[in-house]
Formats: sequence, C-alpha cells, structure tokens
Amino acid sequence: MSSLSSSPAFNRDIVALEGVTKRFPGIVANDSIDLSIRPGEVHVLLGENGAGKSTLIGMLSGLQQPDEGRILVDGKPSRITSPRHALALGIGTVFQHMMLVPTLTVAENLLLGGPWWQRPRTEELEARVAEITGSLGITVKLHAKVSELSLGEQQQVEILRAMVRNSRLLILDESTSMLTPKGIEELGALMRRLVEQGLAIVFITHKLKEAAAFGDRISVLKLGRKVGEIPPERFRALGEQEIISEIVELMFGRQKDDPEAVERPVRAVDAQVTPLLQVADLRVAPTDNAPGLSSISFDIRPGEILGIAGIDGNGQKQLAEALAGQRAATSGSVRLEGAAIEALSVGERRQRGLRYLTDDRLGEGTVGTFPVSINFFLKQVGAAPLWRSGVEQRGEIDKRAAELVREYDVRTPSLKTPVARLSGGNIQKVLLARELAEGAKVVIFNKPTYGLDLANTLASRQRIRDTAARGLAVLLISTDLEELLSMCDRIAVIANGELVGTVENAEDARTRVGRLMIGLAA
Amino acid sequence: MTGLFSEVFLSALLFGAVTAAIPLLLAGLGEQMSEKAGVLNIGIEGMMLAGAYLGFVGAFYSGSLWLGFLTGAAGGIAVALVMALLCVRIGLNQIVIGIALTLGLEGLTALLHHFQFSRSYPRLPAADATVIPLLSDIPVIGPAFFKHHLIVYLAVALVFGMSYLYRRTQLGLNLQAAGDKPAALDVAGIDVVRTRTIAVLTTGALAGLGGAYLANVGAGLFIPFITNGAGFLGIVLAMLARGRPVWVLFGALLFGVCLSLTTAMQVAGVNIPTDVIQMLPFLAVMIMLVLFGRRASLPAALGIPYERGAR
Repeated sequence: MSSLSSSPAFNRDIVALEGVTKRFPGIVANDSIDLSIRPGEVHVLLGENGAGKSTLIGMLSGLQQPDEGRILVDGKPSRITSPRHALALGIGTVFQHMMLVPTLTVAENLLLGGPWWQRPRTEELEARVAEITGSLGITVKLHAKVSELSLGEQQQVEILRAMVRNSRLLILDESTSMLTPKGIEELGALMRRLVEQGLAIVFITHKLKEAAAFGDRISVLKLGRKVGEIPPERFRALGEQEIISEIVELMFGRQKDDPEAVERPVRAVDAQVTPLLQVADLRVAPTDNAPGLSSISFDIRPGEILGIAGIDGNGQKQLAEALAGQRAATSGSVRLEGAAIEALSVGERRQRGLRYLTDDRLGEGTVGTFPVSINFFLKQVGAAPLWRSGVEQRGEIDKRAAELVREYDVRTPSLKTPVARLSGGNIQKVLLARELAEGAKVVIFNKPTYGLDLANTLASRQRIRDTAARGLAVLLISTDLEELLSMCDRIAVIANGELVGTVENAEDARTRVGRLMIGLAA
Repeated sequence: MTGLFSEVFLSALLFGAVTAAIPLLLAGLGEQMSEKAGVLNIGIEGMMLAGAYLGFVGAFYSGSLWLGFLTGAAGGIAVALVMALLCVRIGLNQIVIGIALTLGLEGLTALLHHFQFSRSYPRLPAADATVIPLLSDIPVIGPAFFKHHLIVYLAVALVFGMSYLYRRTQLGLNLQAAGDKPAALDVAGIDVVRTRTIAVLTTGALAGLGGAYLANVGAGLFIPFITNGAGFLGIVLAMLARGRPVWVLFGALLFGVCLSLTTAMQVAGVNIPTDVIQMLPFLAVMIMLVLFGRRASLPAALGIPYERGAR
C-alpha cells in the first residue's frame, strides 16, 4: 500500500470538503467541516449518533446541498445536485438503510438506472460482474430475489453496484451495524482489497474498534463539528491501543471553552437512606426492531441523580418504558418507596409518583394539534377539578395552565396555541411542567436536552438539578457524556440492553465511562 | 328455461361478456401500471368518464370511431395530468385528490352533456366488427369471441405487451422500483417523479380509451354516470392481479360474464327480481375479495408521495 500512496496521482484528493456547513430547522448538523478524501485510503468518519455523519453523506451523494462552504471534486468546486450527478462524478454510496428493491432480482437491481428505452443488458452485466467479483473474491447470486438474501449479501450487492458503475469513491454508511461479527471481518477485508485497487473509501461508523482495525485515516465528528483527525502517518506509527485511547480523548474529551461546562456542586447523598427506586434484575424480551434488556439492577436514593450513559439504541428507551410501565417486563422487580410496582399499569405508577419524560416530545409526549393548556393536563383528562362529569372546565384549566406557563417560562403566543407550533425547548418545558407536577417522587428523563438550543439545554439541566435538590430520585438517560458528567452522582453504562458497569462521578469518571461504552473494562 | 342454454343464447351471453370486459380490462391494466409505480389512482373513474364523454363527442361529430377513441384517450390523459401534477409532483394526498377528480368529472360530464344534447341521447351507428376468418365459424365460441371491433383484439394484445414491458424492459424495472422502493430508484439516478408521471399519464390514456369504448361500442351513446363503477372495478382487479397483466384479463372476463348475465337473464325472462340479478357483479367482487383479497400484495410505497432526503 505504501508503494501505491507514493505515486503522485494517489496523493491528490478525489473529493475535498472546505468549510461545509448544513443547517436544519433548530440544529446545525454540520459546522464548517474540512475533509480530504484520497484514493487508496479508507477514511473513517467516527462519531456518535447526531454527530452529523449522515448529513455529510447526504451532501456527498447529492441528496442534500450544503448551506455554506464548497465541495471540490478533482480539485474543481462542484455542486453535487442529484444522486445521478454524484454517480456521474464517480461517487457511489452504500446507505445505512438498504437501497435495493426487495421484489427485484440482484441483476435487475444492478440494471436499475439504465436508459428506459433500452432492453436491460443482462449479458453485458454478467460479464462485468464476473470480472469484478473475480478480482475481489466474492460471489453474488445474480438471479436470486433481493428479499431472499441475507443483509451481508445485500450489502455486497450494493458495493458491487457501486463498482459496476465505475465509482472512484465508495461511501459506506454505518455498514457494519446490521452485520454479524464474521460479516464485519469480511467487509473489512473487502475494503482493503478495494483500496488496493486504487479506490477511495469513506467508512462511517460509531464503533471504535472497527475504526482502528479498518481505517487508514480517521476523522472524528462531534455534535456537527470535526474535532480531530489522525492522518495515515500517525495511524501507522501508533499501536491499536494508543489509537483507541487517542480517539476516546477526541470523542469524549472536554472541549476548551465549552459553554456547557458547569461545575457540579458536590451533594452529599446519605447512603443509609432507603432508596426511592429499587430495580432488581429487570428483563425485557427483545422485539424485531428493539434490543431486549437483561440484568438491569440499580437503586436511586432521594436527592440522587443516576445517569445512564451509552451509545444510542442500546436499550435506553426500552429501559425507560419498562420502568414507566409502557413496555412489559418478563421478569425482575421494580420498587417505589419499598412497594413493588412492577405489576401496576402506567396510570397507577404515575399515581404513585413515578414520572417519565419521553424523548419523543411530539410523538408520545404531546398531542401537537391540542392547545398548550390541554397538553399540560393530558395525563389527568377526565379528573376533577379540571373535568367535571366528563365536561371540560375551561376556566379552571386556563387558570392553572397560566400559572404553569409563568412558572416554567413557556414562551407561547397564547394558551390556545397548538403545542406543535412551539419550539422544541418550549415543548420540553410543557412536558417538564406536566411531569414534575405535584406528587412526583421518581422522575425518568430520557434525553432531556436532545435537539435543544444552548439556552434551553441549560434551563432544562437546571430544572433537573432542582428536581433532585427537592429530594426526588432522578434517572437521567442521555447520550451526551458531558451532560451526565456535569449532573450525575453516579453513572451507569448500558450496552446491548445490559448495565455493564456503574461508576462514581469522580475525577476519572470520564475515561472509565468512555471505556465501558466501547466495550472495555472500566 | 330451455332457451337459457341454447347455442344462440350462450354465444350472445359470451359476446356481451367480452364487450363488458374490455372497459374493465383497460381500466385494470391502467390502474395496475400506476399502482406498480406507487400511485393509488382513485381518480380512474373520473378519467374513464372524461374518456367516455370526449370519446362520444369526438365520434359523434367526426363520424369516426377511431377518432372517438383518440379523443377519449386524450380526455383521460387530461385528467391524469391534473392527478400527476397534484399527487406526484406536489405530493398531495392521492386518495383525496382521486375522489375529488372522480366526483368533479361526474358532475362536469353530466353538465356538458346536458348543455349539448339537452335531454336527448343521440346514438352512434353500430360499430363495425372485424370478423376473424375460420375462427369465427366455430360454434358458440366463434360468434362470441371473434366478431368484435378491432380495438377489442388490440386491448387483449395489450395484455401481453404489458407483460413484456414489466418483465423484460428497463422501463418495467423502473416502474416496479418506483412503487417498491422509490429511494433506491432515485439513488440509481432515475427521476422518481418522472417515472411516476409517465405511469399516471399512461393510466389516463388507457382509462380514457376504456371509457370511450364503453360509450361508443358498448352502449353506442353517452349518458351521465355511464361508467357506473367500472373504474372502481378496475382498481379491484389491479389489486387482486398482483402485478400480473394476465390476471387482470381473467378477472375482467369473470366480471364481464357477471355483467352480461344480468342483461341476459333479464332478456330471457328468468323469474328472479331484477334487483337481485343486478347485484350479481358486485356479489362476484365481494366473493373474489374474500377469496383472494388477503393474498393481494401491494407495492410497499403505494400511496406515499416521494420526497428526496425527507427527514
């Protein structure tokens, strides 16, 4: 490989990004990103969910346009206006979600995109495929229906498709997320063979080990910004462990002048007090699209904040829902103030003081078309004094809603405004007001600051701290390690639906949690 | 009752069945194409009505049936253009727009017909049949199947044309991808909106032609609401046929027999109330839906407007 990269043609960027910025309503998905992509290199884009990896891919493959900055193809500034244009420039993408038509055969899928007046050129394709698969050492069943293939096979078909189209740059978006360990290994070997043929590969992942094992160059993204890059020279000089620890530092390390940094006031939680919430050996069966939970045990004392850290999609939502009673647990016990509540319904648990702030604010949290006032009391519909004999007491509801709007500083044009018209931060305040209302004892926050701007993030965090200071028990689920470190007394790490360890939030917590998150012992 | 099974009666029954089946066949083939591409075309009843009205007007003033078919297809395309613009390009709800188009054209064609012909219903001369030599001499079958207007044979040939299109051509692949996984088609470099527009316009042309046949050959005149649900039967056929044009043909013939039977039984003076007899085709629809409806497989993206990179 080193002999290849020494030739001059190989040292030029196929594609380069200069100061590329992309905004979506409410968030900056990519914040002036620079990137250089070279032939003969596997360029790993590493970052957690929400780091802006998918948006970056969308812009390279012509699905989205940058708001600022420019993309250079072969040194020339280019606007990649459509997927067809991207293909013509030699950029082939294998998306995270399979882009094959399940009802067609492999051959038919590969033929998609030809001029419509032509008959599909099956023979030509077969010869071309034989040539490519031969050189890569893979086999593809051309005449099998795509729906009959395994996910790994489908992925090979997608890579093959990019090759058939003469791609010079292959983008693999979270390609290992659905593969078996063996499939991942095979993909790694395939990538190596492809770059040896002079291709450039952009490999997106959030798994550190894959990045270290398959990459030549690593760029780390965090919250839309590129926070660091390890060039090939350094990459080769370092051992795997050193690379991993350097990346951990980049991904989870504290940023200089971070506006979110707040000193955590030291609180004394009395270890002798009976815990408010006790969870022992909770289990939930996995479903088609969600991991199960197993061996979940923890206690939370009054005034304590327990954090749940982990990469998104490792069972956080399932845990929150199982505790709230929205998801059936197969075994295990949940005790609130010593009383078993695992058999109670959602409403009964709420009655006892268990509150759950969902991360799905507009989906299950609120009814978007209902006014702000009604959304405050969604979980009390029908109950006196807001409803009498099934009839809504408009005056009483408005009076209480007005108080909550003032107390929680909800910025709304009026009480009658449909809640979906508010900003994310204000919707969150409505939810906070509703769930922290009288009678709350244990509060579960699921990603409470996800997608909020800085001011609302800080306000939400303060609200959570106040909640604990009032003597409530708080379970804080977040994918933002910084947030957990600034707020929690203890941090538990969830991976594949299991709590893999709990760490006291002390000096070395950052590294210990980071290690647990990527599957190393703390 | 003996007359019921006579040779003449049977061949008249089957002849009527074919005549009744052709509009259903054309509508079914058209609907099948747009459903394949992911557009649920409920406006097809309106497209047929537009085709029936304009087809009749074209044939009435020009004296040429073929010109009538042409204007009928053009009428269907005109309605389809509105559908393509609103549902494919702008991405409005296909069901709402489809119903609106159907209702709108029911009113519009009735109104225009009233202005033009007041309460009179002028007739066209009977259509010339193309008699196929030798085959038409077979007893019962011959007069039933081989003495039709040329367009009937063309419509049947279209079934095989469609089969070829779906199985063997690039356009067929594109259409299926547009309905099953439009995002995959888009990243393959094919414009999903354009592909779906082609499908919807073709549907319009076929439905318009079916309507024109219904008015000009089947009935020989235009009366308001003449399609009487033929477009909706076409939707049922397309859904039950699971993407296979030949099944649309079989289904259309089955419904055609039922429709023809209602006429034939009334003519034969069978002692059953007319209302019951007229229920027959719809009973057949329900039976077919119960028997095969569960196995109907529809394209995954049917009815969902495509938006690139939606998030």
